[in-house]
Amino acid sequence: MSVITIERKILAKNDAIAGQNRALFERQGIFVINLVSSPGAGKTSILERTLEHLRGRVKIGVIEGDVQTDLDAQRVARYDIPVVQIVTRGGCHLEANLVHDALQKIDLESIQLLVIENVGNLVCPANYDLGEACKVVIASTTEGDDKPLKYPEMFLKASVLIVNKMDLLAYVNCDINTLKQNALSINPRLKIFETSCTTASGINAWCDWLVCQLNKHG
Amino acid sequence: MHEMSVAQNIFEIMQQYVPVHEARDVRAVKLRIGDLAGVVPESLEFCFSVLADGTSFRAATLDIEHVPLSIHCKACDSTSKPDMPIFVCPSCKSSDIDVLAGTELQVVEIVLQDQQEDSS
Repeated sequence: MSVITIERKILAKNDAIAGQNRALFERQGIFVINLVSSPGAGKTSILERTLEHLRGRVKIGVIEGDVQTDLDAQRVARYDIPVVQIVTRGGCHLEANLVHDALQKIDLESIQLLVIENVGNLVCPANYDLGEACKVVIASTTEGDDKPLKYPEMFLKASVLIVNKMDLLAYVNCDINTLKQNALSINPRLKIFETSCTTASGINAWCDWLVCQLNKHG
Repeated sequence: MHEMSVAQNIFEIMQQYVPVHEARDVRAVKLRIGDLAGVVPESLEFCFSVLADGTSFRAATLDIEHVPLSIHCKACDSTSKPDMPIFVCPSCKSSDIDVLAGTELQVVEIVLQDQQEDSS
């Protein structure tokens, strides 16, 4: 028997392209977030509220990732911002090369903030660095309070947790304190926001945080 | 189900490291996969076998070393392997911890059977 020693990350190729993306973002002074959640937690709704709130103040570009359709890109395009839809045709997550290709269709000189809305999935996107400055995970109250325990890797890798659909808290089986404790037990560094896209509560605080990050990175 | 994407990446690494004329000799690819890496080993093995079937790597199988979650507690300076998925120090219950191991997703080595061994 002979052995070829490798000791290499399986996703090293993805990580290398993500590194190129990150270097490009840093050169251009663009703050980039990778928005992740399970399907239906409210990624696109949070994005729409964010676009409304920051309209005229922050120049934003969006990359939408979906398994099929460009419905989300259509929703976001109403805000008259640059948006590119990636259709993965079955792929359960975005990879760095897909984002790299999508960047060719955006005038990076014209934006300060890039939001990459990942495919709705709390498992696979955790493994694929896209070159973002941080991952923002959304957990909605309708999903219950145990999501962080079921999908620990995503909550471990995220910097921000948005607890969405707070307006429905009284009607669903979710204890907000348990949800936050569960998330913090996995990642005590998580910055947590509580939002509702129906009432717009919490959107101010979330957008203030975003603007603060832009000022740091700009 | 990103195991197919992971399997494709393993396959590409094999193509990079193994000379074409030795591909048939590959018997095992040793991987190191952390419990927190979000990969289902059985699914990865299945995806790999689908990719390898009909290629010169068809004799290769995956040999997976599982790495349990290991943490370092910054509060009491102890190292432990807590039960998933609660990330607290078993000694002092602090959650001020660093993850030391458990997120690995690595190709460690490729094992080839020498042609002389084949013929013997």
